[in-house]
Amino acid sequence: MTKDNSEYLIERYNNIYEVVIGLEVHAQITSNSKLFSSSSTTFGAEPNTQVSLVDAAFPGMLPVINEYCVKQAIKTGIGLKAQINKRSVFDRKNYFYADLPQGYQISQFKFPIVGEGTVILDMPNGPKEVGIERLHLEQDAGKSIHDMDPQNTLVDLNRSGVALMEIVSKPDMRTPDEVSAYVKKLRSIMRYLGTCDGNMQEGSLRADVNISVRIKGSDVLGTRCEIKNVNSIKFMQMAIDYESNRQVDLIQEGKTIDQETRLFDTKKNETRSMRSKEDAHDYRYFPDPDLLPLEVTDEFIEKLKADIPELPDDKKKRFIDKYKVSPYEATILVSDIDTAKYFEEVVAKMGKNLDIKLAVNWITSELFAVLNNKNLEISQSPISSKNLSKLINLIKNGTISGKIAKTIFELMMDGDQDPQKIVEEKGLKQESDPKALEALIDKIINDNREKAIEYKQGKEKLFGFFVGQAMKVSGGKANPQLINEILKKKL
Amino acid sequence: MSDIISLTLVDLVKNIKDKKISSEETTKAFIDRGEKSRNLNTYITEDFSNALLKAKAFDQKPNFNLKLPGIPMAVKDLFCTNGVKTTAGSKILNNFIPPYESTVTQNIWNEGAILLGKLNCDEFAMGSSNETSFFGNVQSPIDKDLVPGGSSGGSASALAANITPITIGTDTGGSIRQPASFTGTVGLKPTYGSCSRYGIVAFASSLDQAGPMSKNVKDCALLQEIISTYDDKDSTSIDFKRNAYSKELTNNIKGKKIGIPNEYRVDGMPKEIEDLWSKGIEYAKDCGAKIVEISLPHTNYALPTYYIVAPAEASSNLARYDGVKYGFRSKGENLIDMYEKTRSEGFGEEVQRRIMIGTYVLSSGYYDAYYLKAQKVRKLIKNDFDEAYKKVDAIITPSTPSAAFKIGEKTNDPVSMYLNDIFTVPVNLAGLPAISIPAGVDAKGYPLGLQIIGKAFDEQNILNIAYAMEEKIEFKNKITDWWIK
Amino acid sequence: MTIDLKTIKHISKLSRISIDDEKAKKLAGDMNSIFDFIEKLNELNTDNVEPLTSVAETTLKLRADEVKSKDIRDQILKNSPEENKDFFVVPRVVE
Repeated sequence: MTKDNSEYLIERYNNIYEVVIGLEVHAQITSNSKLFSSSSTTFGAEPNTQVSLVDAAFPGMLPVINEYCVKQAIKTGIGLKAQINKRSVFDRKNYFYADLPQGYQISQFKFPIVGEGTVILDMPNGPKEVGIERLHLEQDAGKSIHDMDPQNTLVDLNRSGVALMEIVSKPDMRTPDEVSAYVKKLRSIMRYLGTCDGNMQEGSLRADVNISVRIKGSDVLGTRCEIKNVNSIKFMQMAIDYESNRQVDLIQEGKTIDQETRLFDTKKNETRSMRSKEDAHDYRYFPDPDLLPLEVTDEFIEKLKADIPELPDDKKKRFIDKYKVSPYEATILVSDIDTAKYFEEVVAKMGKNLDIKLAVNWITSELFAVLNNKNLEISQSPISSKNLSKLINLIKNGTISGKIAKTIFELMMDGDQDPQKIVEEKGLKQESDPKALEALIDKIINDNREKAIEYKQGKEKLFGFFVGQAMKVSGGKANPQLINEILKKKL
Repeated sequence: MSDIISLTLVDLVKNIKDKKISSEETTKAFIDRGEKSRNLNTYITEDFSNALLKAKAFDQKPNFNLKLPGIPMAVKDLFCTNGVKTTAGSKILNNFIPPYESTVTQNIWNEGAILLGKLNCDEFAMGSSNETSFFGNVQSPIDKDLVPGGSSGGSASALAANITPITIGTDTGGSIRQPASFTGTVGLKPTYGSCSRYGIVAFASSLDQAGPMSKNVKDCALLQEIISTYDDKDSTSIDFKRNAYSKELTNNIKGKKIGIPNEYRVDGMPKEIEDLWSKGIEYAKDCGAKIVEISLPHTNYALPTYYIVAPAEASSNLARYDGVKYGFRSKGENLIDMYEKTRSEGFGEEVQRRIMIGTYVLSSGYYDAYYLKAQKVRKLIKNDFDEAYKKVDAIITPSTPSAAFKIGEKTNDPVSMYLNDIFTVPVNLAGLPAISIPAGVDAKGYPLGLQIIGKAFDEQNILNIAYAMEEKIEFKNKITDWWIK
Repeated sequence: MTIDLKTIKHISKLSRISIDDEKAKKLAGDMNSIFDFIEKLNELNTDNVEPLTSVAETTLKLRADEVKSKDIRDQILKNSPEENKDFFVVPRVVE
């Protein structure tokens, strides 16, 4: 059968299965202090140096909620076009684990702070809507370290109590690409809002992936498995691939799928069951009696709404209208708030030589390649928007050729150098004096008499040879347009 | 001065301010009494040598503007005290030394008081007789082998035996009022949210409240005005206007309407309790109060509600005692084995029982039938009081359904032990203030208390009623010092 | 209603308190008598009653986002049963 490449289907004999995916994304809230204590949230500190008596669950210690974290969650809810619940309740999720000092996690179970919303994915074959079920506030756990001591597990509670938003999607995704686009879009929205830095390497963004399979066309959901704590988009895609095939195989063999929590082993590229059934969890959620219901007013929410910046979807629309970029280019430019910002800075600084196409090209091809190579974010770009706009201006006003520009671009990276200065210091200014170029070409024709004759006899391919010679002799500085004109005249 | 130890707090403060006695003399007197009274087993931790140093320091640079100038006192071992071992009466916290101070005790030290030591209590405040403490029974000074009540049994016993001039306890279902009633002392459970819970080892967060225990109502008012402060470290602390309770204390309660709830006449209530109650009503009338019959229809459901809500919260509050961060740890083959052994060996029988009850009522399939149901009934119980307070200013009941019992008498029957709290528990469920004052004795001469329940935040009113009635009752505690050889 | 031994064992597992059979039997007896008296609540119809979770009739206070707690690692680890100057230590966990 022919497959639309936007579809992700698993075929076994005559059965075609589709994969149903929902995500629970855990996003660490950007804040100075923790959700219920005043210790720092800075990443990478020495173990247990950012732990208060509350975080370590000392007897008699009590939680007091951080207002900023509440605001961050509501802002994120607004960004997800979601229902903001004016009254929400904190519950205790009870279980024992080494890095859970209280013996329970404070979370929101029955009454989350944010209800239903939507996220729009820009897929190659058009927009796709993914429903948001809810967003709730909860505490992060500490970290268990298993590989530092052969006999023991060591526990670092620095992360214990950091505020998390758990964003639960509806089971609306069908392909690994959609999952990737969803995570990127969520990350983008949160970075626009400044509510989560989205840094997956540092664990500020992680996801539990819920996967089930069913015969394509069926509207009944299959039994799902939850793959816990996957911390990169690539791993999510690999886990979905492995897990959906595992489930299809089980069904094909006439076996049943157990609803369970599984772990993705990144080394073996497989998922495996995490907890035995006899130890099934019963979290015994109940309202935390140390906290009262969280109530916010309309006024509180309206104030936050007024603070919401232009979000990716709106920015994309504006870029298309204002700068006439293609939807594809717009999607790339707005995907990250810093890219959009960089683009608009370059555009603003170009002045009368404004050339949007050129700016887009330089950013999305040359600059992106460098960033990719060096594994840098655009905010860490070795070339500032100011200097890139200068470089593009130099091309536009004919001072340098596009080819020379690439050479200069390489040089600029060493300490964000001013391209104008490089041009001057290295003498890379384009030679556009017709007299000088005529002299240069005369010399070349003179040195290559035979080839000139061949050309005149009709071997037109040799024109390129002369252009090449002119560039070579001029050290690449000759204005290519003028060279063409003069050569045509002289030959 | 030979009778320092039998002075009331107010008199002690006066004598110290008048420089008739020093803080050192006072502290020495109570230390001496404590040392002679060790077989009552009131102390878990004595901090005597530090107390003496602090008393000497106070005398060298006295500040008589403070409300408790150089006054020594011992506190229930449920309050975390900076640098002083805090056990909550449990093996699992044996050797735990908090690097912080509870807000309530800090308030006391800020007024110049000096810590004598930490007093025995039921393990994690779970008990009505002080028999669940890992550190052993407490003897009541009233009679040999008599329980002092619980959970603040060590506090009540130490107070009645003049080991401390005043003290603080905590009350989750009656843990201040019941031992006060059993030992002929005064105990106040303040409105929920009046005293900060910060730094108090938690039993059931929605019910726990610290409060003063004293020899008379005036002392009680003074300590209450010191310990009750708004605290932004406790999210359930309430910011309301707090009176200078001792200054505003008055015996003029003319025209106050006092409710008598019919439902408190429980089946099998001993005649002496009934007589005490009737006598109390007469005293109130004598003081000029008006007596009004009221109904609290859900009273009988309070105890079953309490025995769902309190264990549920406790099962979660006590999850932090897992052998990882502090306290006792048992060796285990792996993490889970370590947890299970630590908690099995570290917690006593009653605490384990309540954790199990709490875990059960919250567990999947039982939550709605038990926990949610209890929360709804709790609402009905609170509504009862709200209705009653449309008609009356306060309510008078007996504090307990019987006088103190013998050690060991009820240990094998948890339900009969729980029934002790039948008159005190509704107050905690509704978050109201209530005070127990001694009002008489039973046939054996054991003290009996009356409970005055107030509207939320109306501590001043019940203190005033108690103050007025105290004058009429003229109760004298008979302490024979039988334990001193 | 009766709570059987299997349920007791399950609850003890959830509570992370190990109990032997003898203790389980005693607990089952105690809990059954306690629940007999708790069952009294079923006499009440509470269908239209709002559950009460806290008697504190106030809303949750919000604190400012300020780092106030300093590095108190020494104090935090001081009471720990297994000595280590950087970490809490537990028996090895294998995932």
